Amino acid sequence: MSAQDPRDFTPESAAPTDIAPLGRTPEKPAHERTADEDRDNANWDEIAAAPEFKALLAAKVRFIVPATIFFVIYYFALPYLVGYHPELMKTKVWGEMNWAYLFALSQFFMAWVVAAFYVVVAKGWDRRAAAVLAKFKH
Amino acid sequence: MFFPLLAQAAATPAKQSNTALFMFLAFVAATLVITYFSAKKSTGSSAYFAAGRRITGWQNGLAVAGDYMSAASFLGIAGMIAFNGYDGFMYSVGFLVAYLTVLLVVAEPLRNAGKYTMADVLAYRLKPRPVRAAASLSTLTVSIFYMIAQMVGAGTLVRQLLPGVSYEAAVIGVGVLMVVYVVFGGMLATTWVQIIKAVLLMTGSFFLSVLVMSKFDFSITKFMEAVSHVTFTGKDGNPVTQNFLTPGLLFKNPLDQISLGLALVFGTAGLPHILIRFYTVPDAKTARASVVWAMILIGLFYIMTTFFGFGAATLLGPDFLKVNGGTNMAAPELARFLGGELFFAFISAVAFATILAVVAGLTISASTSFAHDFYTNVLHHGKEHRPGEEVRVARITAFVVGALAIGIAILLGPTVNVAFLVGLAFAVAASANLPVILFSIFWKRFNTSGAVWGLTVGLASSIALILLSPDFMKSPLFPLKNPAILSIPLGFLGAWLGTLLSHEPESAEKFTELTVRANTGLGAEKATAH
Repeated sequence: MSAQDPRDFTPESAAPTDIAPLGRTPEKPAHERTADEDRDNANWDEIAAAPEFKALLAAKVRFIVPATIFFVIYYFALPYLVGYHPELMKTKVWGEMNWAYLFALSQFFMAWVVAAFYVVVAKGWDRRAAAVLAKFKH
Repeated sequence: MFFPLLAQAAATPAKQSNTALFMFLAFVAATLVITYFSAKKSTGSSAYFAAGRRITGWQNGLAVAGDYMSAASFLGIAGMIAFNGYDGFMYSVGFLVAYLTVLLVVAEPLRNAGKYTMADVLAYRLKPRPVRAAASLSTLTVSIFYMIAQMVGAGTLVRQLLPGVSYEAAVIGVGVLMVVYVVFGGMLATTWVQIIKAVLLMTGSFFLSVLVMSKFDFSITKFMEAVSHVTFTGKDGNPVTQNFLTPGLLFKNPLDQISLGLALVFGTAGLPHILIRFYTVPDAKTARASVVWAMILIGLFYIMTTFFGFGAATLLGPDFLKVNGGTNMAAPELARFLGGELFFAFISAVAFATILAVVAGLTISASTSFAHDFYTNVLHHGKEHRPGEEVRVARITAFVVGALAIGIAILLGPTVNVAFLVGLAFAVAASANLPVILFSIFWKRFNTSGAVWGLTVGLASSIALILLSPDFMKSPLFPLKNPAILSIPLGFLGAWLGTLLSHEPESAEKFTELTVRANTGLGAEKATAH
């Protein structure tokens, strides 16, 4: 951890004492510096304008927005249906098991499935992010 | 509202259990040993506040689960299902789905752009002092209210489990222990307390569920058959047979449920003691892994609430539970029925461990926010005068917060309805914290005035609506028990209007940088070297 890649311009900021500026350790933690102090750190505008970075952001939005809308609708369908259509939800499906219980139980699997999809898709984002960083390493 | 059951201490004390006391002391001893070793390692802010950012994904997953599955969920939900059937299970669902918001929207950007607290991400683009002051206020409000609810719950529980110990002694005991963990062991000790507690809780719930199903020959059909015919004494004194799989036995107003769902699903992603856990891991990938681990554990746990909640309803019945410790004792009494005194002692000790761990997590989030946001960044403009000052202030704060929580919990006494405090914590987190976190990550135009307005309006509206709710007023001005359905939109509206009221080009300029950092992890805080 302590031996930094010489090409890595990322500041190592959380030294054990957090205070003493040792070697390459900057005086302030990275995110607490002002814009002026941070100027040489990385060319944020250049990275932000890169097509690879824009593609990464677009890919994230393409997954996160629909996934969020999906799980919010799926979840709130439960209190809505149970609250406003109780007779439907009381209908027995299998033995004594009714729609209300099955739908509530399905929420657990819905959450796990969405999370699993997210993990798979996010691996691709990690690769893209690494590619962006590699391109801008000096 | 959330856990009305925790508040209602039963008048009938349970039998004294020395085995329970012994098991509890064993847990305390183990955690104190961990605290001792953590204390030797905890030098420097990063080590103290963020466990050196060296916690692994599954460890942090267990710790997040440990932070989240409070005594209220273990004992409270078990009791609610035992008394009200299906509607109790509705809580379980919301608690898990909430983690999708954490996973998809909050965890990774927060880890990439922050350091110790939620306010770090806000202060990034905005003027740090006003934003940190407001964020610190809402963090302290959420943490302290949540903590008092846990402490009162702890006091009433101990009185039932160990009748020899008084309410005051129990509250002071829990308070002193949590202060010891946090002051001496910092985040590392707190994390390990959470991990041990999560393992104990999962183990206890698993055996409880297996024992319940063994009574039904491991047949879901037989189990559901019994659940659909629960007989108890009705209000008129005659026996009633009720199908406990039927919704609507507890919640009468559908809007109440939707409002509660909103508070859960959007509040969890704003709970400070959950958010600070993502700073303890080395990077955003590990933060993601830890949410996934937490979701597996939390999901399994809340599915198991079906078995022990309905198990208590069918095997013991509401009538038996009413005279044997009340709603909170459903899980421990079920354990006694199924596994005898030893299992009862084990489940009781798990309940103690649960409270201790959650309270320690809340204490460290409150003291971190005060020391890092308010003391260092608001009062001292982001500079430490002497090395280690921030940690020293955090330790003093933990002590003060602990003393304050003990004092208020004793003043309120065991009979107070603490449920609204937990409801308030979730509602404030959803209405004050979440809008400003989302806007600062995703909205370029967002500025300092918007953040301060959002935090203030969200905080004030959720507190005001709870004061006007049925929990507080005989003829309530606001009909719902949980304010989220109105206070979340108000929080967003406050943040939006506040933004439009002022112009801050620096914030828009820094937005580019925050976006790059949040999405690539460039410049993120790294793990400390040993």
